[in-house]
Amino acid sequence: MTAFSLLAQSVSDGNVNVAQNIGFGLIAAVMIFAALCVVTTKNVVHAALWLVIVLGGVAAQYILAAAEFVAVSQVMVYIGAVMVLFLFGIMLTRAQIGAEDGLNNTGWQIGIPVAVVLFGLLAFVVLDAFGDDTLAEAPLTGDNNEATVDIADRVLFQYLAPFFGMTFVLLAAAIGAIVLARKD
Amino acid sequence: MHQLAVEIPYWGQSIFRVLGGLVAVLLPAGGIVYLFLFKMMSFMQSRLGPMEAGPFGSMQLLAEVGKWLQKEDIQPDNADKTIFKMAPVVVLLSTFLLIVVVPFGPDAFFADLDAGVFYFLAVGSVSVLGILMAGWSSANKYSLLGGLRAAGQLIAYELPMVLATLGVVIQAGSMNLNRIVEVQNTGEIFGIGILGNPFILTQGVGFLIFMIAVQAELTQPPFDMPIAESELVSGYMTEYSGFRFLMFFIAEFATAGVFAFIASVLFLGGWGVPFTWFGWENLDDVAWWMNVVGPLIMFTKMMGLVLIIMWVRFSSPRFREDQLQTFAWKFLIPLSLANIAVTAILKVVF
Repeated sequence: MTAFSLLAQSVSDGNVNVAQNIGFGLIAAVMIFAALCVVTTKNVVHAALWLVIVLGGVAAQYILAAAEFVAVSQVMVYIGAVMVLFLFGIMLTRAQIGAEDGLNNTGWQIGIPVAVVLFGLLAFVVLDAFGDDTLAEAPLTGDNNEATVDIADRVLFQYLAPFFGMTFVLLAAAIGAIVLARKD
Repeated sequence: MHQLAVEIPYWGQSIFRVLGGLVAVLLPAGGIVYLFLFKMMSFMQSRLGPMEAGPFGSMQLLAEVGKWLQKEDIQPDNADKTIFKMAPVVVLLSTFLLIVVVPFGPDAFFADLDAGVFYFLAVGSVSVLGILMAGWSSANKYSLLGGLRAAGQLIAYELPMVLATLGVVIQAGSMNLNRIVEVQNTGEIFGIGILGNPFILTQGVGFLIFMIAVQAELTQPPFDMPIAESELVSGYMTEYSGFRFLMFFIAEFATAGVFAFIASVLFLGGWGVPFTWFGWENLDDVAWWMNVVGPLIMFTKMMGLVLIIMWVRFSSPRFREDQLQTFAWKFLIPLSLANIAVTAILKVVF
């Protein structure tokens, strides 16, 4: 119960912004509810729309953590592109209105231990690495104190090699998709 | 920072911002509908337009809103009721989210985001979700086809819009919209700073691409395949009537206004006047009264841009679906990529 004791301690210390904790809890509750709806709803389009709420919740959490750029990226990539593509694909193929049978995979129970193990692993890693550390806010070094300038400096300098590697993976994926989709 | 006459507490500022947001979305929408949709279109077609309600028909808008509000709220029997009701709200919501990032003065903004440009590009794509929801939940083939066409079109024209905006970001060296205004109004062209450097002069290609993309994002003629009345009745809006249709209608014209606001910030110098006129050095120097004058300047520029948007809308025939997609993918996107390359090279050289 390290997480709960940490939470209790941070509240009693009073040096943690409590409003942010409440906001985190509320958004997290909405996200968990929406995520459960994604897997239990009887309609594919409804599932996709519930997923939009989950992904929007992630963006809201990033904003709470003052990571505005990441939050906007989340909206751009997941809501603006991935979910629109999902819905587009679903509506082009099968998108009947009302409940649908046979949506669930017969072996869905296997997912439960996987999810529990994944949650445990992530929780352990995060708590093990940071514990009750208070992370100092990194000073902004860019022009006009803009965080975007700092992000750009790091991505295009320190992390240039992984960034380029990622762009090549995406390029390969795009070319692969075109090769698979083209008939001639 | 600025010498505002009174110090406004945080809750006061928040109320101001909410009210300001409503005004900044709804006032342009009403103005656009009356001035351009009712009057300009009528004059272009050699007729007078509404003349009965109020002087020169200026109260016609209230009559129309009243008519829509008292209409029966019809929903198709087979429709997915919840999604059907949510769709217009999502579309209108994305318009209100867009206005958040537009600055109207040195302090007259709703939110001063460092990633402002990125934010409006991201939020602008949320309306696609609403349109897809409307198209699917209506349980109507025309609606679904219209929704799919709209989604395909909005995705295709999102890209040139992003890429055209990148040229501005490269030249300004910032994604903060207020900073972009400052750079334009303190800039110089070949040492001449009397006009500042509104980016329409150096990013003319980007401006053209941006305005074409805006036209397509608004699904207006010549890009109105999604609601092509000769083929699809009214596309994704077919089954909507009463105040739900009103919401789509407001969203359409309010979005035109908001995109024109954004275009004037990106390309026309935004709320500012060239800072040398009054001897201001930078953003912090700007006199407080720009918070009052700025919105008026923005409004004027917005109306000018919407005039062009509507002019094209009323005088162009419709693109065919394949022409529309070819135009985006084979012409606008390569052109905007070339624009980025040239801008980046010139940025390094100068």
